[in-house]
Amino acid sequence: MDVLAPLLVIALLGVVVWLVTGPLRAGATAAEDVDAARREDLEAAKEAKYREIRDAELDLRTGKLSEDDWRAIDRELRAEAMELLRRLDELG
Amino acid sequence: MATVGQACLILALLTCAYGIGASLYGAIAGRRDWVDSGRRAVYALAVLATAAFVILESAFLRSDFHYSVVATHSSTTTPTFYKAAAAWSSQQGSLLLWVWLLSLWSSLVLFLVRRRLRDVAPYATAVLLGFGAFFTSLLIFAATPFETVAAAPAEGTGLNPLLRHPSMMIHPPMLYSGYTLWAIPFAFAIGALVVRRVDADWIRATRRFALAAWFFLGVGILLGARWSYAELGWGGYWAWDPVENASLLPWLTGTAFLHSVMVQEKRGMLKVWNVSLVLATGTLAILGTFLVRSGILDSIHAFGASTLGVPFVSLIGLMIAGSVALIVTRRDSLRSEHRLDSLLSREAVFLGNNLVLVGLAFVVFWGTFFPLISEAVTGEKAAVGPPWFDRYTVPLALVLVLLSGIGPVIAWRRATLANARRNFLWPVGAAVVTLALLIAFGVTSNVAAVTMFAFGAFVVAVVGQEVARGVSARRAMASEGPARALVSLVRRNRRRYGGYTVHVGMAVLFVGVAASTAFQHARDVRLSPTQSATIGGYQITYQRATARADYRGDRLERVALGAVLDVKRNGKHVTTLRTERGYYPSTAAFASGSIVQGIFDGDATSEVGMKAGLTRDLWTAIRPDPEYLNKVIDALVVKTRNQPIDQQFKVVGNLLGTYKQGAFPAQFRLISSPLVTWIWLGGIIVFAGGLIALWPAPDAARRRVTAGYAGRVARELGRA
Repeated sequence: MDVLAPLLVIALLGVVVWLVTGPLRAGATAAEDVDAARREDLEAAKEAKYREIRDAELDLRTGKLSEDDWRAIDRELRAEAMELLRRLDELG
Repeated sequence: MATVGQACLILALLTCAYGIGASLYGAIAGRRDWVDSGRRAVYALAVLATAAFVILESAFLRSDFHYSVVATHSSTTTPTFYKAAAAWSSQQGSLLLWVWLLSLWSSLVLFLVRRRLRDVAPYATAVLLGFGAFFTSLLIFAATPFETVAAAPAEGTGLNPLLRHPSMMIHPPMLYSGYTLWAIPFAFAIGALVVRRVDADWIRATRRFALAAWFFLGVGILLGARWSYAELGWGGYWAWDPVENASLLPWLTGTAFLHSVMVQEKRGMLKVWNVSLVLATGTLAILGTFLVRSGILDSIHAFGASTLGVPFVSLIGLMIAGSVALIVTRRDSLRSEHRLDSLLSREAVFLGNNLVLVGLAFVVFWGTFFPLISEAVTGEKAAVGPPWFDRYTVPLALVLVLLSGIGPVIAWRRATLANARRNFLWPVGAAVVTLALLIAFGVTSNVAAVTMFAFGAFVVAVVGQEVARGVSARRAMASEGPARALVSLVRRNRRRYGGYTVHVGMAVLFVGVAASTAFQHARDVRLSPTQSATIGGYQITYQRATARADYRGDRLERVALGAVLDVKRNGKHVTTLRTERGYYPSTAAFASGSIVQGIFDGDATSEVGMKAGLTRDLWTAIRPDPEYLNKVIDALVVKTRNQPIDQQFKVVGNLLGTYKQGAFPAQFRLISSPLVTWIWLGGIIVFAGGLIALWPAPDAARRRVTAGYAGRVARELGRA
């Protein structure tokens, strides 16, 4: 056990150093992917917008929104969703 | 292996320090590689904390008494099931559990958002690693679990008998999961404020974690209540005890947060309120951990000493000061995008619900900390009891249940008269009918309870109506049968229908609380065998005494003195109940050589005799009469003082025989409570709703198409 303990500690240290320095060893450019990050954010925003559109429709059908209110909200939300799609397409 | 465990903690602290520096440098210098390295420091923390936790758990399972913490919290006779749980009954083990859970949840959230929120995430990483550094520092410098002694004692002290209950295996990890999960929205809120990105993106990214925190904390609270009811021998499930209250505080503010974020997501309103709530909830989660571990307030289950007071108070002070400074300096970015259109709108109801929940949290906070406040002001420690809490919480709970019925059906922005009539007619009718039935059956003695029953019916009717209308709408849209339409409806709107299910569960739970407190019959009686007492129409007869000794191997584990009770109603046998008082021998008295003294000087627990039913629980607990028992014990102690151990065991056997045969009187607590089971059923419904809301949504359509944007929106909406 006396020999094993230092070996285990050294092994753990090695794992930690290997893990945390991975991105530094790969270099700044390899880790950089701004477009991918932007796309993920926009996809999440798009899904949230779709959820809002569905919610509004369910509110209309279950009597919590009047037809006029729903039309206004739906138009606004769909315009926002289209804008998100446009921005997604711009990323290529 | 203790050396390896200690090295894991030191490496963990160094990793946290490195990760904080790397994340902040990466964020400020715009270096993605350093940010990623900081994120990986969280993964490394998870590896190290897992290794440390496994080493400690294996020491407990092996009963390795070289570890001081194992010797003081476990024994060879502790059942294996409880040996594993004994780790977190200790100060050191519970702090390690905290770090371990924090590292796992933090790794999960940072992995999921590794390509999102790139501006916010590095600061959130630094905050999460800051918590990691704080707790690993405590484990290294103040409460190390890997302290060892050269000569291990032959036997350990054993686990506190009160904690030998199945729910205690799950209750602390649930609570700690809740506490640690609240650190995640807290950290992302800090990150969002630092970079002034205070839209709903960080809320969406961490919403599931906030919901999981709420879920786990709620499960932990309910398991604690169940443990109190079944194990503590006083007959209640909630005593407004400081440690219970400490877990309730972040749950209340967290519940408020889960509601008010919907207003921010829908309308861009309440931004200051939301960040304030989540920062307060994160701080209260740390406060909850502190109260359990510090012993600063007298509690039936504060399992720590107060050595950690200064570091915890410093951390809490830093969290409060930092949160306030960030909110004040970012107030321009936190302006609402819309104003409240009408007081008759869902936004207004959510705001009302938030005020009630925060009001409840304030009442609980004030009552919990009153002993410290009174000591600071008057120099004397004074506490407030359950009647004080009930005076304020009962009306607030009534309003909360009412609002939980109004919220799901009132319109966003502005409710019209026609809309209100359409949505509230049947639910109000259900409430009125319930009220009329209660009055007709003469249930009028407690106005608050009767009002709660009516409000509960209102909530159930609202949700029933909502589900029926949703199914009807779904059937019209998709030509599905009712069952299929219900499944599709819930599957496509998990958050909404999960939330509605939670509301039903809470209504059921509150009805159970109201009924069991308002219409409970409780008596403390002293009975000798063959004597009877009546409670709530039941005749309970003390049939005979029971006595037995439980051994594990050749070691006496417990002496149980109990009673068999016969229960009759209107002369007809209903059930037979068995209740016991368990005495766990004190190791110290054993060491002094007196077995008899040792048995009754140790810890004692109550085994409740209970018949639980959907409409009523009959609950009994025995406490052998100390006046008689002590006389017998004192005589036996004198008689056996200088006798060898095997002779003393024989005397214990004789004592048990005498108790069984004799006509010793005993104290009994007898309780007849209606609808207690509804509390546990309500809790199960609440958590089923939580699971529905937590369950991931079906894969959203992400394929790109080349049609016009309006067509794409319509098509993708239809597919998802």
